[in-house]
Amino acid sequence: MEFMLELDDIQHYLLTRPHATIAQYNFITFKSAEAGRNWIKDLSDIVGNAKFVMAASDKDMRWVSLALTFNGLRKLGVEETHLASFPEPFRQGMAARAQMLGDTGVNHPDNWEDKITSEDLHAVVILFAKDKAERERCIKKHDEYIKDNPGVEILSSLLIEAVPPFDYVHEHFGYRDRLTTPVIEGMGIEATPGSHAPSKPGEFFLGYPDDTGLMPAQPQPEVLSKNGSFLGYRKMREHVGAFRDFLKANGKTIEEQELVAAKLMGRWRKTGAPLVLCPEKDDRELGFDDKRNNNFDYEKMDPHGYACPVGSHIRRMNVRDKTVSRIMNRRLIIRRGGTYGPYLPDDAPDDGANRGIAVFGGCADLARQFEFLISVWANDPEFEELNERDPFAGSIDGAFEMTIPKRPIKKKVKGVNAFTTVTGGAYFFLPGIKALKYLALLK
Amino acid sequence: MTDNQWASPQALAIPKEGYFKKEDGRYGPIFPQTPANYGFTIIVKVLPGREQAIREYGKTIEAAVKGAPNVLAPLKLHYLRWVLFDVGSGLHFMYQGIFDTDFDKYLEDAIALFNSTGVTTVFTNLEGWPEDWKTNVPAVTKFFRDHQCPSFLEYGEYPYVSADEIKKALQLKASFSKMLDFMQ
Repeated sequence: MEFMLELDDIQHYLLTRPHATIAQYNFITFKSAEAGRNWIKDLSDIVGNAKFVMAASDKDMRWVSLALTFNGLRKLGVEETHLASFPEPFRQGMAARAQMLGDTGVNHPDNWEDKITSEDLHAVVILFAKDKAERERCIKKHDEYIKDNPGVEILSSLLIEAVPPFDYVHEHFGYRDRLTTPVIEGMGIEATPGSHAPSKPGEFFLGYPDDTGLMPAQPQPEVLSKNGSFLGYRKMREHVGAFRDFLKANGKTIEEQELVAAKLMGRWRKTGAPLVLCPEKDDRELGFDDKRNNNFDYEKMDPHGYACPVGSHIRRMNVRDKTVSRIMNRRLIIRRGGTYGPYLPDDAPDDGANRGIAVFGGCADLARQFEFLISVWANDPEFEELNERDPFAGSIDGAFEMTIPKRPIKKKVKGVNAFTTVTGGAYFFLPGIKALKYLALLK
Repeated sequence: MTDNQWASPQALAIPKEGYFKKEDGRYGPIFPQTPANYGFTIIVKVLPGREQAIREYGKTIEAAVKGAPNVLAPLKLHYLRWVLFDVGSGLHFMYQGIFDTDFDKYLEDAIALFNSTGVTTVFTNLEGWPEDWKTNVPAVTKFFRDHQCPSFLEYGEYPYVSADEIKKALQLKASFSKMLDFMQ
C-alpha cells in the first residue's frame, strides 16, 4: 500500500529545491518559553509547506524553514514524558556523541564555531532567498522582529552563497554536487538508472511506514512528531590551499592533477562523470546525462578499484555493492545546504579565510542513517581494511593519506594536512506545520 | 594489523565488563577487538516446548546460505555457532559469532540480514525477545546487549587476521598453483 505524504503539513525543506541562490542560517535562543512560542507562532505562518512551494512560481522570492533542538523543545515546555520518547541521539545532541562519530582532535566540538554547542541553542531558522537583495530584506525584517521580541536572540548566523563559476553547482574545491538524491515513493519522480529504488516516506518523515514496510514507533505526542524529520547539521571548513597544494604535489600536469582530484571523489571534478564509466578522461556529456551518470556498480564493473578507488568519497558514502551493504536504502539521507565563506580564485594563494560547506542531512532515524554514515562510512578506519577515513567527509586529524589501487602495486597519495575540518554540528527536529502550531500554543 | 603480528599466537585476558575502557558506539559500549577478533556470545533461556522449532531452523539457514552464499558478506563473519544446552535450569540457547567489525557498527545490517534469511525468527522462541523486533532496532539491540556474556579470555593462533585476509591468502595460493601449472 502506498502512503501519500501530507504535503500541506510537511515543511518544504527536504522535498523541494526552490530556485534560491543565497541563504542564511540563524541559530536562535529563547530567553523564555513564551518568547519562543510567540516567535514560532509568528514564523509558522510564513514557513512554506511542501505543497505550496512545489506549486509555486518563479515570482517567489524567499523560503523559510524552522527546526528545533532537544533543548529548544524542552524550553518551549514540551512535557518530560514526551521529551523522553524522542530518540537518544537527538536527546543527547551531536557534541555529546563526538567520540562515537569520530569528531576527535582538531575536529572536536570544543573547537566548533557559531556557539553551536551552546546549551542555549534552541532553534535554527533557515532562510533561502532568490537573490541577495531579497535575503537582505528578509534578514532585516527578521532582525527588526527580534528587536521587538527581546526574549528571542540570535546566537550566531551563517551566510550561505554559491561560489563561482556559476555554470555548475559545486563546493569550494570545485567538485560538482547534487548528483545523487533519494527519491520518495508517491512523489511522482522516477529514480534515474542505477540510483536507489524510491524510498518509503517513513525513511525521511515520521508517521509513515519505512522500508521495512512497517510503521516504526514515533515520539509523542503524535501531533508533534507526525510529518517531522530529524536533521543532522555539519559545518566543515574546506582548506582550499592545502587541497590545491596536494593536487600539485601529486600531479605534474593539469591533467594528472585532475585525475588525482577525481580519484579522491570517484567522479571528475567539473562534470561529475563517474570514474567507473570514464576512468582515463573526463566526459562532460556523460557527467551531465542523468540517465547515465549514476548507472554503474563496483562489484562487477570495478571490483578492485582500479577506476574508482575503494576509499574514494562516493564509494565510501554511497556503497553500491551488496557485499558491503544490503540495506543501503536504509542509510540514505536527504542533503540540503551550501557553501559559506569567500570564493578563492584558482590562481590565488590561500588567504586563510574561513570557507567551507554547511549542510543539513534529513532523515527519520539519526542513529541508523546520519550517524552510521558519519561514524562508519566516513570515519571508520577499518572500512574495507583501508586504514583511512573519507578524504572529504572524514574527520581527519593531521596528515591525509589515501590508497589508490594501481597495477602492479597500489599507490599511496599523501597530503601534509587534511582538506577539511569539522567546525560545527547539531541535531534538530524539523516539525510539520501543525506541530509548529502545537508548539506555539503550549502552556 | 601490524606486519607479521599474525605469526605470533596471542591470548588476552578481558575485564569483567567486557572492555578495557568504556567507549560508546551508537547503541552502547563497544567491545574491543581481541586476538580472536570481534564477537559476541549471547545466552538466552528458551521458551518452554520450543526446542524442536529452534533445531529445525538449522535447516532453514543452511538452505538460505546455500541459495545465496554471499548473503551474510556485509557482516564480515568468520564463524557463527549455535548451541542448545541444559545444565539443570532449563534449556538455553547460545549464539556465538566471531567477525571483523565491531557489532555496534553493523547492527542494523545484521538485523536486516537475519530477518531476510530467517535467522531472526528463531529468536521468537526465546524469553524476552521484543514483540516489535521488525521495526524496533533499539529494542533488539537492548536484547542482544542484555544477554551478551563477554569473554574473560580470548586466544588467537593467528591473531587479528581478518576473514578477507585469509580468503586473499588462499586465493593467492590457488593463483600461484595455477601459475605453476602454466609454467610446465
